[in-house]
Amino acid sequence: MGQVDQNLRIELSKQGIVTTTMQELYNWGRRSSVWPLNFGLACCAIEMIAASMARFDIARFGAEVFRPSPRQADLMIVAGTVTKKMAPMVVRLYNQMPEPKYVIAMGACAISGGPFKQGYNVLKGIDRFIPVDVHIPGCPPRPEALLHALITLQKKIDGQPLTGEDRPRHLNADLPSEFLVPTYGPNDLIPASNLTLWRPPQSPVAEPAEVPLATNAEGQK
Amino acid sequence: MNPFSTEALLAALKAQLPGVTVELQRNEAPSAQHSWLIAAQDAVVVAQWLRDKEGFDFCSNVTGVDWPTYLEVVYHLYSIEKRIGPVILRMRTGDRDKSVHLPSLTHVWRAAELQEREIFDLYGVIFDGHADLRRILMWDGFEGHPMRRDYVEPDDYEYEPTAHDHVAERASKHTTGGAE
Amino acid sequence: MNTELLGVPPDTITRREVIYDQEGETLEISMGPHHPSTHGVFRMDVRLEGERIVRLKPVIGYLHRNHEKIAEGTTYLGSIPYTDRLDYFCSLTNNWAYCMAVEQLAGFEVPDRAQYLRVILSELTRLQNHASAVGFLVQDMGASGTPIMYAFREREKILDLFEALTGSRMMCNYMRFGGCRVDLPAGWIDQLKALMKTLPAFLEEFEKLLVSNEILMARTQGVGVLSAKLAVNAGVTGPMLRATGVNYDLRKVDGYGFYPRFEFKVPLGEHGDVYDRYMIRVLEMRESVKILNQAIEQLPEGPIIDPKAKLRGFRPKPGESYGRLEAPKGELGFYLISDGSPNPYRYRVRPPSFVNLTILEDMCLGANIADAVIILGSVDIVLGEVDR
Repeated sequence: MGQVDQNLRIELSKQGIVTTTMQELYNWGRRSSVWPLNFGLACCAIEMIAASMARFDIARFGAEVFRPSPRQADLMIVAGTVTKKMAPMVVRLYNQMPEPKYVIAMGACAISGGPFKQGYNVLKGIDRFIPVDVHIPGCPPRPEALLHALITLQKKIDGQPLTGEDRPRHLNADLPSEFLVPTYGPNDLIPASNLTLWRPPQSPVAEPAEVPLATNAEGQK
Repeated sequence: MNPFSTEALLAALKAQLPGVTVELQRNEAPSAQHSWLIAAQDAVVVAQWLRDKEGFDFCSNVTGVDWPTYLEVVYHLYSIEKRIGPVILRMRTGDRDKSVHLPSLTHVWRAAELQEREIFDLYGVIFDGHADLRRILMWDGFEGHPMRRDYVEPDDYEYEPTAHDHVAERASKHTTGGAE
Repeated sequence: MNTELLGVPPDTITRREVIYDQEGETLEISMGPHHPSTHGVFRMDVRLEGERIVRLKPVIGYLHRNHEKIAEGTTYLGSIPYTDRLDYFCSLTNNWAYCMAVEQLAGFEVPDRAQYLRVILSELTRLQNHASAVGFLVQDMGASGTPIMYAFREREKILDLFEALTGSRMMCNYMRFGGCRVDLPAGWIDQLKALMKTLPAFLEEFEKLLVSNEILMARTQGVGVLSAKLAVNAGVTGPMLRATGVNYDLRKVDGYGFYPRFEFKVPLGEHGDVYDRYMIRVLEMRESVKILNQAIEQLPEGPIIDPKAKLRGFRPKPGESYGRLEAPKGELGFYLISDGSPNPYRYRVRPPSFVNLTILEDMCLGANIADAVIILGSVDIVLGEVDR
């Protein structure tokens, strides 16, 4: 929004003339009507349903209709634990969604496996296979937290430029929009994670290398 | 529940079916739920006696247990019409890898159907006479029996925020150098 | 095609197989695991001849979160939050069932006030579970949105009470071995009494929905019939069993938790069809309101946890115990084997929804595919419990 002077905009709007940029208009249309996919896996799904009910009412933020079919949805709220048995289905559903598409990982289980992290059948976070835009911590997160996540996503969509290097995937033919679907192996998924999307962070527990402490000019630590 | 003595019922069983091998296993906890250890070949006969003669028409729970030298299957039975219970039956396999066959009690109580499939899936006990014995919780190509104590989980916990003990060891194998 | 078996209510105990012509026109579809009406990640492989079902195989395990294995590596106390996540609608009854099993294992005695609190919270849980179940049923039948909004409106009021007491709306983690975690805050009983005054009006609305709505009656009466003999043999419990006419409610049979002190009836059905199961749930909600009113009046003062109960460093003596109670979905049991160490040797959950699924195929054979969705809804499964 850098091109038009703010004061000029205000003056013009007092005269009844609205000025905007293509990016603002385009993104405003997109973010005000993000339709989620009806995708609840476990306990967080109940909080997602509660968020769509009368008290919390996600419909006033534009997420009016929860679509049952991925071909008609923009947003996948992965609510609940993703198990290894379910993971190929999640990725396949994500691949079937048309661009532009977003993912909210709701709850501790979708972010990293959650309380069930030690399970042999639990996928330690859905971001191992699909790109996630917003993470909501909590077990389960309150419906207000889901609404906050939706608003965060809307702000993110507002900031997406239409041209240039940072343009989103649906305007950039070079970036992939479908990701590898894992298959069932004898004990784990094959592959265990999609390394183009996710790299394990370094463990803070490992012994730090012997780095000398910084000394100031006098040689004191 | 009506008052009920599992020892008295066991004595009645031994009187009416003298050939079966059944022992009482005492339970030292305050719950005092004693169980009957049955030999595998007598299980179906005892189960049918319990259901048809004594009115134990309801099989509440079928559990698999992994002991160091054998696998065990435990059945909890109640009687809805007489309001008594529980009668707890235990069957043990010969060992943990070669002789893991036990008779299925699905034809006596259908409640055992899905629960015996789960024990097959997670422990590896093969139930002879089960109509449809295949994996139920894990996927079909899965190898191994996860609930056994010697099952080694796949190594996919590369990052653990509050790691300690063996988890820290495993996580540290994945680090790329270790500097913060 | 052997059509004799279709349309006949399942009465035999052995499983039925329909012989169909392999060369004929059958369509095999997989309903789920991602499906708007399967109440979670549940899959049914259905083979259809036209609209009628000739084979239905449930496939589960998509939410198998290894609760039992994790519990073998956790202390007894540490497993209580995991029990919340089993049947995630009814976390308090799950907590109570587990604590009951441990109390039987270790010989703790629960003081009076704690028992009354447990009964009050358990009946509130039953109310909100049955309200949601009926709401989901009507949504599955096509009334998208509105009845479930009414159900959830009442549910939110009950969740407010849970949050005021336990700190969380759904995963309450409130019961401890020997009692409850914390006592009632000021004003909680008054809020509960106010809720009890408004609930009968809501229940009237819901009952009118079932009794006088023609579409609902036509779609649910005579559908999914289950006989009493098969239900008992297949281990079915809860409202499904009582719909077939068998009078077996653990609150009356086992008499745990001071339930014998309260006067309440156990509604029974006659036909064992979907309509009966829903009417029973609505009637059970009325009985729950009765129990709650009595419990609020009789609530005594006193400690809320057994002073002998030692929670940290808890090592029960070697032994085993099976504790069960009447959860809103059926008989929920916990089987624990202790070997004297701080972690259980074997921790088993007997989930009502899992065992109730045994006869799903029997009920659906011969029905239309649209009825399969309603029959599944009437079983009232929660996948967190089925898969653990």
